[in-house]
Amino acid sequence: MRKQLITLATVLLLPTSLMANSSAHLESANIDLHNHASLQNGAKYFMNYCQGCHNLSAARYNRMATDIGLPVVPEKTGKTGDEAGKVADANAKLVAENLVFTKDEEGKPTNLGSLMHSAIPAKDAAKWFGAPAPDLSLVGRSRGADWIYTYLKSFYLDPKRPTGVNNTVFPNVGMPHILWELQGWQELEGHGEHDGHEAKTLKLTKPGKMSAAEYDIVVRDLTNFLTYTSEPAQLHRKKYGVFAMILLSIFIVLAYFLKKEFWKDIH
Amino acid sequence: MQGFLNWIDARFPLTKVWNEHLAEYYAPKNFNFWYYFGSLALVVLVIQIISGIFLTMHYKPDVSMAFASVEYIMRDVPGGWFIRYMHSTGASAFFIVVYLHMFRGLIYGSYKGPRELVWLIGMAIYLALMAEAFMGYLLPWGQMSFWGAQVIINLFNTVPVIGADLSTWIRGDFVIADATLNRLFALHVAALPLVLVMLVFVHIVALHVVGSNNPDGVEIKKLKDENGIPLDGIPFHPYYSVKDIVGVGVFLMVFFAILFFAPEMGGYFLEHANFEPANPLKTPEHIAPVWYFTPFYTVLRAVTVSPFAGTLAMFGAIVAILLLPWIDRNPIKSWRYRNKVHTINVLIFALVFIVLGYLGVKPVIPVLKELGIRMTEIYFMFFMVLWIHSKPGKAKYMMWFLILAGTVIAIDLFRYNPEAGDDAGQIVWQWIFPIGYLVLTLLLPMVKSFNAEKVVPKRVTS
Repeated sequence: MRKQLITLATVLLLPTSLMANSSAHLESANIDLHNHASLQNGAKYFMNYCQGCHNLSAARYNRMATDIGLPVVPEKTGKTGDEAGKVADANAKLVAENLVFTKDEEGKPTNLGSLMHSAIPAKDAAKWFGAPAPDLSLVGRSRGADWIYTYLKSFYLDPKRPTGVNNTVFPNVGMPHILWELQGWQELEGHGEHDGHEAKTLKLTKPGKMSAAEYDIVVRDLTNFLTYTSEPAQLHRKKYGVFAMILLSIFIVLAYFLKKEFWKDIH
Repeated sequence: MQGFLNWIDARFPLTKVWNEHLAEYYAPKNFNFWYYFGSLALVVLVIQIISGIFLTMHYKPDVSMAFASVEYIMRDVPGGWFIRYMHSTGASAFFIVVYLHMFRGLIYGSYKGPRELVWLIGMAIYLALMAEAFMGYLLPWGQMSFWGAQVIINLFNTVPVIGADLSTWIRGDFVIADATLNRLFALHVAALPLVLVMLVFVHIVALHVVGSNNPDGVEIKKLKDENGIPLDGIPFHPYYSVKDIVGVGVFLMVFFAILFFAPEMGGYFLEHANFEPANPLKTPEHIAPVWYFTPFYTVLRAVTVSPFAGTLAMFGAIVAILLLPWIDRNPIKSWRYRNKVHTINVLIFALVFIVLGYLGVKPVIPVLKELGIRMTEIYFMFFMVLWIHSKPGKAKYMMWFLILAGTVIAIDLFRYNPEAGDDAGQIVWQWIFPIGYLVLTLLLPMVKSFNAEKVVPKRVTS
């Protein structure tokens, strides 16, 4: 009986998210949404490696550019007069040349005001991969930063899969290991236990272009970028929050003394 | 100014309404913390209507555009994220406030005569609010919107004979599709807000006829001074209007803290899975309704005799609350003056309601499944025990204990299947919960000090 009660208490106290997700242990992504260099690096890797298949269809190039520290509108550059226009134009050119790789219906490079669609037509993707790659606009909210970070580090060779790879975080995933060139190839080493979760340990058997530490930085920057894209408002909403808290504190104090004054002869 | 007022009063009873409902509406002077939530519910209603109007300006009720239009609001509409978070936080805030408002009614017996109608209208508001929240939840067209609606609409499918036709009629299609989204949008933005506002109006009118209850459960209208003003009453305006403003300030502080710092509230106010667009071909591995429906969802899942029985139990759980004025016949209103076991009963009920809610977001594993059944048993027994506690002096506690405990054990014997492994093992020990509940509420009052009621004062205390 006592054992049963302890089990029950443990189960009740476990966070829901842990129960709902599969058992893989997630590493902390440790991202910084206000680090422009990291966001820009993430954007670069996203556009070069991910956007071939994945849409980011809720986000626009120009808003993204402004938020990651490359303002393309004069008002957001922090400069005035002619200089503001020059900085904005230079940024726009930089973004168009380095981050925009897609074409619009007329075959021209996609306009900066457009949504970020993938290069692959959905119909072809469905034919080639069974289903189009998911839109990643909100993956930072549906899966979370730690999941993305760990997922991108958890591909391993598995000859049983059509793509030749499998993933410990997302078993039997349909996606090939796009970043293999950077990370190299990992193999499954064995099963272990980590904080009560099943943990499969992976071993790098064939190194890629980058060292493990460099690859971690790329993955973290990508995670940072995708987390930002899932909710651009998070960059500034907390600032408004602090302001609202201060205003309301003053309001509550005033309201309290008003109430006290009115109620002084009620006993 | 006075001339203008006279001009108005000759054409519309402005001064009369002002006096009857504010300046000369006498409320008991001893309202405590629990009395903030009525006015707060009104504040949240206003927040929801205003933020809802702005959302409607940008939202598209179309299965191919709905999800994207919400993200458009979050990103491209200036201040859109603020409006959307107001509405999503407001939805949860509404239920928090309303649950606390209802709990106040429970502990101070505010549903008892002459306020039965106030209670019934309040329950109608609660039902309309649940319908409103359910319909609103489909609109973002995420995975949980879709599959949650699937679960709820399929409840109607369980009705014998007409079930299939009924659920098709509700959906407007054989599956949840564009027709469903469109009609739920229409009901969410036009029909139900109208119903809600009208019911709230009627709720207040009815309240102002009978007057407010208070933490002592004393009728202040019984003792009046020479001018006909209740001795323990103070005019609502300015006393309670200034007091409620403090409450509104504190509430807004919490509300905006959630809105600006944690709008998802850890996945309880905005579920993570709902950030994926609805996909009719991909059933999520774990479907959890939003937190405010989960107590009833657990009741639904606990009754496994037949799907229709589960649905009936779920609606029964709400109907039981509706019938409180006739279940609890004890003339003492406030729990302050009733016997100790009544207080224990009410506190256990509140705890059981929270546990039921918590279980509703958890996946079904044997230990929690059985706990859900046990909490459901206690949930329904609460109302019977409340009925028995109505006349503490004459109640046949032992008889009722044996009847209810016998029923629990009979149901256990019916459910017990030694081959069911862990399920059976859970039955064998978790009977302790309902029987323990019955011991506390029906055997304990046989000790005199737990059954003794106190004298209700003539006038309100402090």
